[in-house]
Amino acid sequence: MKSRKKHYARRLKTTDNINTDYVISGRYKFKIQDPKELAKHIFEDIDPDFAARVQEGDILVAGENFGCGSSREQAPQALKSAGFYAVAAKSFARIFYRNAFNIGLMLVECNTDFIDDGNELEIDVEKGKIRDVGKGLIFDVKPIPPTMKKLLDDGGVVEHFKKYGGFKFEQV
Amino acid sequence: MIGWGKMGKTIAEKILSNHAGRDLKAGEIAICDVDFCFGQDGTSSIIIDSFNKLGLKKVFDRSKFYMVIDHSAPSPNIGVSEIHKKMRNFAKTYDVGMYDIGCGVCHQLIPQKGHVTCGDVVLGADSHTCTYGAINVFSTGVGSTDLAITLASGKNWFRVPETIKVTVSGKLPKGVYSKDVILHIIKQIGSNGATYKSVEFYGDTVTAMSVDARLTISNMAVEMGAKVGLMEADDKVLKWVKEHSSKEPKSVKADPDARYVAVKSYDVSNLVPQVAKPHAVDNVSDVTQLLDVKIDQAFVGTCTNGRLEDLEVAANILKGKSVHPDVKFVIAPASKEIYLQAVKKGLVGTFVKSGCTVLGPGCGPCVGTHNGVLADGEVAISTANRNFKGRMGNPNSFIYLASPATVAASALKGRIADPREFKKRL
Repeated sequence: MKSRKKHYARRLKTTDNINTDYVISGRYKFKIQDPKELAKHIFEDIDPDFAARVQEGDILVAGENFGCGSSREQAPQALKSAGFYAVAAKSFARIFYRNAFNIGLMLVECNTDFIDDGNELEIDVEKGKIRDVGKGLIFDVKPIPPTMKKLLDDGGVVEHFKKYGGFKFEQV
Repeated sequence: MIGWGKMGKTIAEKILSNHAGRDLKAGEIAICDVDFCFGQDGTSSIIIDSFNKLGLKKVFDRSKFYMVIDHSAPSPNIGVSEIHKKMRNFAKTYDVGMYDIGCGVCHQLIPQKGHVTCGDVVLGADSHTCTYGAINVFSTGVGSTDLAITLASGKNWFRVPETIKVTVSGKLPKGVYSKDVILHIIKQIGSNGATYKSVEFYGDTVTAMSVDARLTISNMAVEMGAKVGLMEADDKVLKWVKEHSSKEPKSVKADPDARYVAVKSYDVSNLVPQVAKPHAVDNVSDVTQLLDVKIDQAFVGTCTNGRLEDLEVAANILKGKSVHPDVKFVIAPASKEIYLQAVKKGLVGTFVKSGCTVLGPGCGPCVGTHNGVLADGEVAISTANRNFKGRMGNPNSFIYLASPATVAASALKGRIADPREFKKRL
C-alpha cells in the first residue's frame, strides 16, 4: 500500500475535538447531496479559507478525537471528495472511524504535533511509518486493524459485501 | 439468558455475546444480529444510495427498519424536500415503516412506539441512538452505509467495548435534574474520555429517577465519546417497556465480578444547576457563574429534553408569567403523543399565553436547518445535547445547554438564570 504520489500536509488551525458539524455544517448536509459540492464547504465554520487550499492527494492533519459528534457520513464523504488521500490524527471518534473505512477513506493514528501545514509527507502503511520529507522526521503510525485494512483493500464495505455476499473477516 | 463463560461480564459483553452466539469479551470483534435499525432525514438519503449500490431487491426484515423525518420537518427548502420525497418513495417501494413529519423525534418514537426492548441490539443512523441504553438496550449510532449493510443483512460487525462504571449517589436538590447530572459527569470525564467505550450508570440517584429522566442521561453518553450508555432494567424500566412494547424484555445485568477499565463515583446531593458554555459540551460551569449572560433565544425540546416531564417543569415556571420581551422562546414536544398530553394538561396553553412559539413534534432548531436559526452575535440557551459552533445554523452565534428548568427561568429573566430562584414553582 505504499503510495507513489506526493502528499502534502493540510493542517487545521485548531486540531483537537474537531466534530463532524465542523467538517461539514448541518446547513449544507441537508441542502446539498452532491459530495463534490459539499467538499467546497468543509471546515467553513472554523476556517473559511481551508477548503480552497486543499489539493488532490493531501493528507488532513488533526489532533485528538477527530470526527466526534454527529454520525453524518457526509463528513468523511466530503473529505474524500475534496481529494484527501488520508486523515492523520492522534485519535478518532468511533462513528467517524467506522464511516471513513466503510467508504474507503484511510485514517492513520500517529503523533501529529510536529507535522506543519504544507509539509511533504510519505506514508507507508505496511511499515507503519509517516515521514516528513522536509524535516527528515519519521513517526510511528498505529497499525491499521486487519478488519479495517480489509475494507480499505476492497474499496469500502459496500464493495466488500458485494464481493463476498456478506462480511468476510479473517479473525471473526 | 444464556450463561457465557466463567469470567464476569459487563452488560455490553453479555448483550453482544447473546447476539453473536458466542462468548465475547472486551476488545474482540464479532458479527452480531441486530434487532432493529433506523435512519432519519439527515442520514437516510445515503442509506438509500448505499442500499441501492448493494443491488438487493429486498430488505432483511421489513418489520425491523423505520425511517423518521424529524431533523427538518416540515421541510424548509427544496433540497430537503427532495430528500423527504426520496425517503417516502423508498418506504413505498420496499414496504417499510416510516414516521413522517408531525410524528416526532426518532429517539422518542423508537422506544415509545415499542420497537425496542431490554437486551436488544439496535443500530440507528444518528449519533444519539445511545439514548435507549437507559432501558437496557445496546443501542448505538452508526453512519448511513453501516446502516445500509444492516438493512441488507440484519447484521453488522461490532468491536466489544471496554466499560466505565459510573455510580451516582445522593438525593438531587430542588431545581437540579438528570440533565444537570449528565452535564456534571461530562465535565469530569471530558468529550473524549469515554471514546469507543460503554458507560454503565448506577446508583441511588439514577434509580430514583423516572425512565424519562434516565433517557436524558444515556442520550448524552456520546458527548463523552461513548458507544453506549447502559443502565440495568429495574421494575420501573420493566413496567415502562411493557406499557410501550409487546416484545418480550430480555433484561441483562452485569456480573458482580465484571471487569471495568475505570470506576467513577459522583455525589450529587449538593449539585447546583449546570450549564455547558460555547462551543463544547464539556465546557461546563455552575449556573451561578453565568448569571450576567444575556440571552436572545430559549429552546425546550429535542431527544434530550423534549418529553412530557420536561415540558411540565418548564410550564410550571412559566405559568402566568410572560417571556422576557427580548427573548424568543421556542418549544418542540418530542412526539405527537407528548404534544397531545401537553395539550390535555394545559401546558401548551401556558406556553402560548406566556409568549412561546410551540412547534410541531420534531428536532426543532437543534440542528440549525430551520425553526429558529440565530442571527450573528445572538445567544441561545437550549435543552439540546450539542452546542458546537454553528450547530443552530450560524457560526457567529453562541449556544448554552441546560435543563428545561434553567432554560425556562432564563427565558423569563432575559439572561441565564438559576431556576432555584423560582423555588415555589419547582
